[in-house]
Amino acid sequence: MAEVLVYVDHVDGAVRKPTLELLTLARRIGEPVAVALGGGAADTAGVLAEHGAVKVLTHDASEYAEYLVVPKVDALQAAVEAVSPAAVLVSSSTEGKEIAARLALRIGSGIITDAVDLEAGDEGPVATQSVFAASYSTKSRVTKGTPVITVKPNSAAVEPAPAAGAVEQLSVSFSEQATGTRITGRTARESTGRPELTEAAIVVSGGRGVNGAENFALIEALADSLGAAVGASRAAVDAGWYPHTQQVGQTGKSVSPQLYIANGISGAIQHRAGMQTSKTIVAVNKDAEAPIFDLVDYGVVGDLFEVVPQLTEEIKTRKG
Amino acid sequence: MSLRIVVTVKYVPDATGDRHFAEDLTVDRDDVDGLLSELDEYAVEQALQISENSDDDVEITVLTVGPEDAKDALRKALSMGADKAVHIEDDDLHGTDAIGTSLVLAKAIEKAGYDLVISGMSSTDGSMGVVPALLAERLGVPQVTLLSEVSVEDGTVKGRRDGDAASEQLEAALPAVVSVTDQSGEARYPSFKGIMAAKKKPVQSWDLSDLDIDADEVGLENAWTKVDSAAERPARTAGTIVKDEGEGGRQLAEFLASQKFI
Ligand SMILES: Cc1cc2nc3c(=O)[nH]c(=O)nc-3n(C[C@H](O)[C@H](O)[C@H](O)COP(=O)(O)OP(=O)(O)OC[C@H]3O[C@@H](n4cnc5c(N)ncnc54)[C@H](O)[C@@H]3O)c2cc1C
Repeated sequence: MAEVLVYVDHVDGAVRKPTLELLTLARRIGEPVAVALGGGAADTAGVLAEHGAVKVLTHDASEYAEYLVVPKVDALQAAVEAVSPAAVLVSSSTEGKEIAARLALRIGSGIITDAVDLEAGDEGPVATQSVFAASYSTKSRVTKGTPVITVKPNSAAVEPAPAAGAVEQLSVSFSEQATGTRITGRTARESTGRPELTEAAIVVSGGRGVNGAENFALIEALADSLGAAVGASRAAVDAGWYPHTQQVGQTGKSVSPQLYIANGISGAIQHRAGMQTSKTIVAVNKDAEAPIFDLVDYGVVGDLFEVVPQLTEEIKTRKG
Repeated sequence: MSLRIVVTVKYVPDATGDRHFAEDLTVDRDDVDGLLSELDEYAVEQALQISENSDDDVEITVLTVGPEDAKDALRKALSMGADKAVHIEDDDLHGTDAIGTSLVLAKAIEKAGYDLVISGMSSTDGSMGVVPALLAERLGVPQVTLLSEVSVEDGTVKGRRDGDAASEQLEAALPAVVSVTDQSGEARYPSFKGIMAAKKKPVQSWDLSDLDIDADEVGLENAWTKVDSAAERPARTAGTIVKDEGEGGRQLAEFLASQKFI
């Protein structure tokens, strides 16, 4: 059976959920071979094996943390040369897409980004993409070389599928470009204790209607009552009320949770681009004409300062 | 010293219009108004700021690949303050994908001459966000991408890249390829004077032969990917909308409970 390379997104050995989703998709096409780089790479093998990786190729070097993107491209290219896979899968983070693109160019292959589904096909893997702010759904294939495909988080279920997960050392020689862009400083983000925005089952977002950084406490309280992640519209981010990392939409994160609750958000096309594929959508907005109501399964026309605290209270009461 | 900046820009269908696909499954550019991608305005803005903050002699060239109308995007960038423009147009380019487009842009950037390339973070239509990385790979120069803050001094470009896990400070020697995000600073509006001045600024037109690119390296037939089908997503079915008369929060909780979210 053909092997499929899966690039592992991990933080010091802790594998991020979208990588486990990639393993589910990779198993539809062939046998997953994982590639884990940098500090803690070898620690990823256990969980990768549980989810279907037959092999885990690892390599650690200081270059991965000291220079941007290219060392990882060099390593992934070495893995492609070692394995001759049927496809290469990478998660659609900003860095993931950059790595995938440069790899595709080097190995003479086409690239598809932001797939939301993947199936095996007679002429190679078929990727489903959601385009034009999710108003269209397309099916595409890579027609030249080894398909390189990046996949959005939440595109597949995480499935246990025990496999050997044999760890092998990947041999990598860095290219001249590897040390081109130096990372001279790094400030880690403080953890909020809430789920990761792109991975959360429920997202509670606030927009301009929240009217102030201090009022985001209302949104956070609702989120915490549901165990949800907190999102924000660009208007709220631009006003400095909430960090950019939590922005939902075209130039922020694209989310596809089971439940999305939009509070004081009008529903501009660029915001919809990042949340329109959510399974259930709920909105609270005082303007009955707001376009967000075109998307909702349930909407409340009202003042969020009345509705949201009442909702939070009621959820707490019901949960006991 | 002089600093040659090339800003790559894209002419895109208006996102607030009704975007769709043409019969050959390329983006339909006839039925929707086009404009300079808003995300490329940030790139033009940063080029202008680098120029304003520099003692060097800075020349800003804006570059686009696209049909005749794409000149509108160049005009807008020129009216914001760029010095000159290059328009690459060729019938054989129709349907070219990201890999092919990066080839055309890279050849044009080399022909124009550059110390620094600045791109937007992604287009607003295709939204792949891979062209800057592809350009760096093709040109063989450092990639300093997704910056929310950028500066150039003494032949070095520095910037801040805000990632999910961390915010990173980056540094590279010129020549380099930079991309900037929509957090990099509001783009200026063209002034009346700028609009008038733009009319006199040079716009060169190049085709594939000017760039030594063969027709079989680009275009829909030679693309590296193929779209087999495109279907409009069914509109979401209309939901229940209630007006809050003191019970809105509880009603919403009832709905969430009925859907097993509570
Ligand atoms: C290139 C580009 C990229 C963009 N990317 C993004 C993106 O990634 N994400 C994004 O979100 N936007 C993005 N935008 C901006 C987008 O066009 C909108 O401007 C933005 O989404 C508006 O945010 P909002 O809905 O919070 O604000 P508004 O549109 O101002 O809406 C606020 C809403 O709050 C309601 N409201 C006010 N007070 C209350 C109250 N007390 N109770 C209840 N409701 C209340 C109002 O009725 C209104 O509907 C982008 C724009 C461009 C051009």
